[in-house]
Amino acid sequence: MQNSKNHGRNNNTAGEEDTVYEISQRCLIIRLGKELDHHNAIGIREKADKYIERYHVMHIIFDFSRAEFMDSAGIGVVLGRYRKVYFIGGRIAVASVGTVIDRVLRLSGLYKIVEKYDSVEIALNKLQKA
Amino acid sequence: MKEANTMLLEFESRSQNESFARTVIAAFAASLDPTIEELADIKTAVSEAVTNCIIHGYADNIGIIAMRCSICGNELTVEIEDKGVGIENVEKAMEPLYTSRPELERSGMGFSFMEAFMDDLEVESEPGRGTLVRMKKRLGKPDPLKEYAKETALKGQ
Ligand SMILES: Nc1ncnc2c1ncn2[C@@H]1O[C@H](COP(=O)(O)OP(=O)(O)O)[C@@H](O)[C@H]1O
Ligand SMILES: [Mg+2]
Repeated sequence: MQNSKNHGRNNNTAGEEDTVYEISQRCLIIRLGKELDHHNAIGIREKADKYIERYHVMHIIFDFSRAEFMDSAGIGVVLGRYRKVYFIGGRIAVASVGTVIDRVLRLSGLYKIVEKYDSVEIALNKLQKA
Repeated sequence: MKEANTMLLEFESRSQNESFARTVIAAFAASLDPTIEELADIKTAVSEAVTNCIIHGYADNIGIIAMRCSICGNELTVEIEDKGVGIENVEKAMEPLYTSRPELERSGMGFSFMEAFMDDLEVESEPGRGTLVRMKKRLGKPDPLKEYAKETALKGQ
């Protein structure tokens, strides 16, 4: 199932290859690509968890600035990461959320446990001050 | 002017076809001149139904998914069908947050999203036979979520 890399993917099939991971202190910043569905959720989940373990990540910021589509698989990805860090006092933030993604996040009830900020920089400030 | 059109697409239950199905429905619905929100709603609902065929219906085996679409006036109807395992208890499956595969980090929100983003949702299923999801959306009507969306869009400019 995960042999998509061999198929010479192009820009239209935005996937986990599109996602960029950055570490800032104990914050993991996940810069999502264009689409977050079940197809690319699998790869994002695996990569993110590797970073979480290796860098003792406490807080996670999902950067949605490039994201144009997300379905309930994306909710699963965010929830799953929340479960990884919340018992060590970690927090989850979403940043640069456009209207389309915002509708999905609101409907899911995720804002009860996830903080929303206008940009990654603001989110970093808030999380690292704590 | 009353529009009418129909379309049938069959494709294999491979996860890369989730985005393919979304692209096709978006192109088919384009003649109804949907708003950005309406288009996102339709794509999300289709994505949920197709993903369910792939991970539940065929449980990661390869089978055929059929997507039948029609337009009548301002109403879009989408049927998505698999010939997979079917659903024992449809009512229970449709409960918010119910998932039979939590190990896959499923959130159990698929049917809730289809219900919320479309005007009409029907599920027909028989164990061992497969599942048919029928969704309808009437375009160009006031959307309760839209006013809020507009506000945030303005702020985002
Ligand atoms: N096409 C299908 N074939 C078989 N079972 C299905 C199908 N679609 C949904 N289901 C069942 O309904 C449940 C709920 O579906 P859904 O609300 O989309 O949540 P999720 O996909 O996150 O599990 C699934 O966990 C599965 O047991
Ligand atoms: Mg689902």
